[in-house]
Amino acid sequence: MNDFMSAALQILAVIIIVPIAGGLISGIDRKISAKMQGRKGPPILQPFYDVLKLLQKDSKTVNPTTRYFLVLSLIFNMFNVVLFFMGAELLLCIFAFTISCVFFSLAGYSSRSPYSFIGAERELVQIICYVPMIILLAFGYYQAVGSFSISYAFQLDAPAVTRLPLLFIGLLYVITIKLRKSPFDISMSHHAHQEIVRGVTTEMEGSCLAIVEVSHWFETVFTIRLLFLFLIYGQPLGWVIGIGACLIIYFLEILVDNATARIKYRSALRATWIVVLVLGFANLAFLSLF
Amino acid sequence: MKFIKKSPWILHYNASSCNGCDIEILACLTPLYDVERLGMIHTGNPKHADVLLISGCVNTQSVSVVKQLYEQMSEPKVVIAVGACASTGGISKDCYNVIGGVSEAIPVDMYVPGCAARPEAIIDGVVKVLDKIK
Repeated sequence: MNDFMSAALQILAVIIIVPIAGGLISGIDRKISAKMQGRKGPPILQPFYDVLKLLQKDSKTVNPTTRYFLVLSLIFNMFNVVLFFMGAELLLCIFAFTISCVFFSLAGYSSRSPYSFIGAERELVQIICYVPMIILLAFGYYQAVGSFSISYAFQLDAPAVTRLPLLFIGLLYVITIKLRKSPFDISMSHHAHQEIVRGVTTEMEGSCLAIVEVSHWFETVFTIRLLFLFLIYGQPLGWVIGIGACLIIYFLEILVDNATARIKYRSALRATWIVVLVLGFANLAFLSLF
Repeated sequence: MKFIKKSPWILHYNASSCNGCDIEILACLTPLYDVERLGMIHTGNPKHADVLLISGCVNTQSVSVVKQLYEQMSEPKVVIAVGACASTGGISKDCYNVIGGVSEAIPVDMYVPGCAARPEAIIDGVVKVLDKIK
């Protein structure tokens, strides 16, 4: 019974702390981006103000199914993050993550707006971009560590990245997409992106849009936690290195976002596939040989 | 508490402006004025917007668009007429195809004077109109 209680408390803590952390990361991200562009930028709590405002707005939905799909997407995102923080199997987390992405696309398809349709199509193309890399990463992790278990990373002698350097570079390459920074003709970061109005979220308003935002906070934390998995090892120093490297990587992501503001989804697809094929398979081949 | 005051998202529509006011609205986004520090975001979608900024007078072609944009926005929402033309019809008031200011088509909550309206005045208008939201 005690085990059950402590597990329930852990799940509750993850569900409460992760969105707060995600919102803060998003706020700091917007602040740093503004500084890079020579602006003062919004307050760090701005993402929370946005979501609270969206919850106070009227929300008429074109099709009630949209909300249903969005809630499912959020639930699978939560499920994924909870599994990840509880140290479950990496492969299971990735499947939950992919399902949440697919539900998000379906939410786009559920309204009849052509902009929403284009957004949903491009969202699917994005999934094709980054999911192969993440699945290869899971296989690489298994080969390097000998288990799909996430908690196993805390017992390693050296971080998994030492055996998976190329796959890790590939992961760095694709997380720009998952953090919704690039490509610009689909990304939903807070820049003036208006090519297809707002893609998947064109027909969403009020609380539906708030769900999208909160879901994205979970995704951001998942992405950072995924990076951390490859940097941690069994020593206390591993935590320092892991957290420090994650901070540096996130800063570089913001820098890359601001430096390459006009990457289109087609070039993103081409570029990610080349990186996935070359780096991913080279690393897997290297692991199976040595 | 009304969080709309902390994050007013803006939709801008040019009803038939000479682009003078439009340039000043876009100038608000530049590092010099940086409206994002007040939580304002320039959206391209009426469904996401809280504040409708309209520049230029309303004419027979743009009146339907103005009404449609207004209807697509969800409550609470406010409308700001930016510049002399949007407020009263301005220099083109007597033109054959001009209906008049924005208030001829939809209810307006705030008028920003000027030809062209200055960015400071536009930002001030947005900040003040949010106080009207109950």
